[in-house]
Amino acid sequence: MTAALSVDSLWKIFGPRSDKIIGTPDAELSRAELKTKTGNVVGVRDVSFDVAPGEVFVVMGLSGSGKSTLVRLLTRLIEPTSGTVTLNGMDITSASESQLRDVRRTQVSMVFQHFGLLPHRQVIDNVAYGLEVRGVSKKERRAKASEIVDLVGLTGYEMSYPDQLSGGMQQRVGLARALAGDPEMLLFDEPFSALDPLIRRDMQNEVIRLHRELGKTMVFITHDLAEALKLGDRIMILRDGAIVQIGTPDEVVAQPADDYVKDFVSEVPKAHVLTLKWVMRDPRPGESMDGPTLPVSTIVRHAARAAIASDAPIRVLDGDRLVGVVDEEDIMRVVVAEEAV
Amino acid sequence: MTTTAPAPAAPKPVEPGAEPPPPERTRVSRWIPAAGVVAVWIVVWYFTKGTNTLALPGVARTDLHDELTEINNALLAGRDTNPVMQFTNSIADMLRSAFEWVQRMIVVPSPPRPVPEIGWLGVVAIATYIGLMIASWRIAVLVCLSFLSFGVLGFWQDSLDTLIVTGMSVAIVVVIGMPLAVLIGTSPRANKVVTVVLDLLQTMPTFVYLLPVVLFFGIGVSAAVVSTIFYALPPLVRIAGFGIREVSTTTIEATDSAGQTYWQRLRKVQLPMARKTIIVGLNQTTLAALSMATLAAFVNGPGLGKPVLAGLRINDVGAAFVPGVLIVVMAVMLDRTTTAASERAEKVARGGGGNVRMRRIVLAVGAVATLVAVYLSRTYLSLAEFPVYTIGDRLADGVNEVMDWVTDTFGGVTEVFKDFVTNWLLNPMQSLLAESPWYVSYVAISALALVFGGMRALVSTLVCLTGIWFFDLWHDAMITLTMTLVATVLVMVLALVFGVWMARDRRFDLGIRPLLDAGQTIPPFVYLIPVLALFGPTRFTAIVAAIVYAAPAAIKLVADGVKAVSPTTIEAGRSTGQTTWQEITKVQLPMARGSLVLATNQGLLYVLSMTVIGGLVGAGALGFDVVYGFSRSEAWGKGAAAGITIVLLGVMLDRITRAAADMRRDDGPGPRRAFNIRLPIGPPR
Repeated sequence: MTAALSVDSLWKIFGPRSDKIIGTPDAELSRAELKTKTGNVVGVRDVSFDVAPGEVFVVMGLSGSGKSTLVRLLTRLIEPTSGTVTLNGMDITSASESQLRDVRRTQVSMVFQHFGLLPHRQVIDNVAYGLEVRGVSKKERRAKASEIVDLVGLTGYEMSYPDQLSGGMQQRVGLARALAGDPEMLLFDEPFSALDPLIRRDMQNEVIRLHRELGKTMVFITHDLAEALKLGDRIMILRDGAIVQIGTPDEVVAQPADDYVKDFVSEVPKAHVLTLKWVMRDPRPGESMDGPTLPVSTIVRHAARAAIASDAPIRVLDGDRLVGVVDEEDIMRVVVAEEAV
Repeated sequence: MTTTAPAPAAPKPVEPGAEPPPPERTRVSRWIPAAGVVAVWIVVWYFTKGTNTLALPGVARTDLHDELTEINNALLAGRDTNPVMQFTNSIADMLRSAFEWVQRMIVVPSPPRPVPEIGWLGVVAIATYIGLMIASWRIAVLVCLSFLSFGVLGFWQDSLDTLIVTGMSVAIVVVIGMPLAVLIGTSPRANKVVTVVLDLLQTMPTFVYLLPVVLFFGIGVSAAVVSTIFYALPPLVRIAGFGIREVSTTTIEATDSAGQTYWQRLRKVQLPMARKTIIVGLNQTTLAALSMATLAAFVNGPGLGKPVLAGLRINDVGAAFVPGVLIVVMAVMLDRTTTAASERAEKVARGGGGNVRMRRIVLAVGAVATLVAVYLSRTYLSLAEFPVYTIGDRLADGVNEVMDWVTDTFGGVTEVFKDFVTNWLLNPMQSLLAESPWYVSYVAISALALVFGGMRALVSTLVCLTGIWFFDLWHDAMITLTMTLVATVLVMVLALVFGVWMARDRRFDLGIRPLLDAGQTIPPFVYLIPVLALFGPTRFTAIVAAIVYAAPAAIKLVADGVKAVSPTTIEAGRSTGQTTWQEITKVQLPMARGSLVLATNQGLLYVLSMTVIGGLVGAGALGFDVVYGFSRSEAWGKGAAAGITIVLLGVMLDRITRAAADMRRDDGPGPRRAFNIRLPIGPPR
């Protein structure tokens, strides 16, 4: 299956004559060195990745890691310095103004950290804005918008103005606006960072629900590891504009690519993320092989009860094939180890 | 005037692990070298005073001045052949005929009728109806009473003439200004270019426009309209452009990502979101236009300015008083109406606006009543020509009597104050600046510019001083500079006292702010009237008028600056047990330094812009030269030279204070931003 989104050696360098740097030895310099030498700042450094249709792809990094720049490069809200972005087989980086506008209108929508709502318009007209700029008639776009307003749980607030809503509700409007155009892909730029923790959890669940119901491809930017682990099918970790690691949540936690990532994931409750794949071992000689079976993708925490209840080690299956065993002690090591930290 | 200060490179927080920034060299306070320069100056002055002062007697002219007069005469003589002049003259004709057409509609006889097309009753009815339509019934009543007062006090035609000039100018300003505002709001590069031009327009004291405008557009109504346009254009462009530029970038980005076109962005996002600010700009522009339209009496512009000017010229306070009051009435009317209209528009846009059906009925009834009034005013002579009342004359006499009594009774007090300032501030400073040999003052001023503003200020100062020297009015320029500095010092004293008080006491702020707003709404002309009554025609009168004109803006800037100091910092200071005095001097004022410098800058320019008006009431020096140049054709050159000299002084003072502001590290974006949207009348409310 072809990728929904494919990014190939994408660069963004801010500053004068930034296009002259790529390909020269200067491009190898660290961010701080380049800044002192040329006055330019690297936003995104040689980034390549693919996103499969229907996938939730999370880009994670601390502030200044280039993640917000990266997501803006995808629809050229910021012009890339070099590299290509391919969306459903179409080269975005060489698209004309009007092609690009068309892509933004029909294929990709974006949700912003600070919402970016129009304060002088009611909720319904904010949601319908994307349809309005496309030229959809007022009646039609209002009908569509009120459908979406219901979908994100804002029924009854159609005629309110943004400043009458709480932060969480405003972001629901932002979400509705992005969904109204029925795009194939949604981009989220730290959408929940400005919300308080309880609202944030609700909104995360909302996104999970919408993803289940609508099956859109999503690129999700965040600086919150818990959020990344919760939502992401795969996670890409950026540092100083460059990729540090791409992997599934359990891969990132179990096999951090370097100390930076290790530091990041050190506080994660591993038993909640790791699957049996990461704790199983080969059976020891003479070990009983008649214990219960569990699939290899089971989360460690969920296997604990079965492991304690059984005297024999649990047999771990990948399909029908036996790939290893895991006993009470192996599981306790994961759970206890993190309490020791 | 605002050369946009280069965007301040916000001090970047040091990245973890990087070298700590090098410690800054502690700078010696700039006041110490400044005091040194002044001390040396005084010593040199003591030995050389009175020599080489380049003094020029009141009505004397130099060859340069006569050459300028010749150029003017030559241009006037070539009026019919010079293509530029032909062009400007045809514009002048167009403006004049448009003005006369409107005049015939509402004020002057429209042949073959012996009266205007619409008589006074119709005019009052239409104006009232407009007030009702765009604002509320309260505003309608205000408009109605204002219009009636124009007629009852005996200045019906002059008032309407002023309104027509103001209205025409504002209409043209909107047509020219809104595209410019969009341009500078959306393109940073255009912003830089346009801002330089606006700066220039706004640094120039009002009167300086008049000289070239008269040359190209003749005297009378067309000169009045053109100079009003120049004066009223910058506030709209600046404020509206600022509003458009400040639209949240997230919102722009969010709506861009929906795939909007340039026009959709402008029409659906930028203009609606900036609407409030744009209307503030419109309000400021209207008031600026009114103030210039009255000043245009100097170039024989029609309207209320004429009787004021005539009264001032013969020192008849009573005669100037009544039209002066009407100017204030008109200013209040225009201000309240535009403000109320914008509030109403806001409410309607938010789905409010009260009972829609009721309103429709009221408007329909009002429309019928207005049409009936218009019809009646076309039919009956007594409803077409405003009846003559003697209230205005009696009021003028009464004012004269009261003024005589006040002067007789309190003359002693005002005299003491006047003598104090004259003997202790004015005379010593004037002696130092003007009685030193010109080259001594030249060097000393340049040295001070270097101390306060660094190299950039020094270069502008050298250029400006050389220009002043070239135009042969050095001695007069030094006297004007003295008066400007003294007035500014007094303005800053007022600004510090009242500004800090306002910032610390909310109730005092609430009480005094409307007064300051009113002070800023009134055209500067009007200030002269009471001041002249109190102090008679002297230098001091001009200074007081300038202070009254400049103080409201400076007080508000200081108050807002002090108020903007972060409450956390103040709280932290209090937790160390500081006294109130320590809090003001060690926390609030230092942290508001940017605003203080800005207030000084604005104070200087406001004061300087009163120079010419001051010339009317005995200020002498450059102000007198300009007034004299206007009244005698053979002295045109000297007046022009004086006008240019005022501009040079303005540019010099502006550059020095601006550079002084830039040398500060600690001023936030607030004051800089204020620099960039400099408002002639008052910051947006």
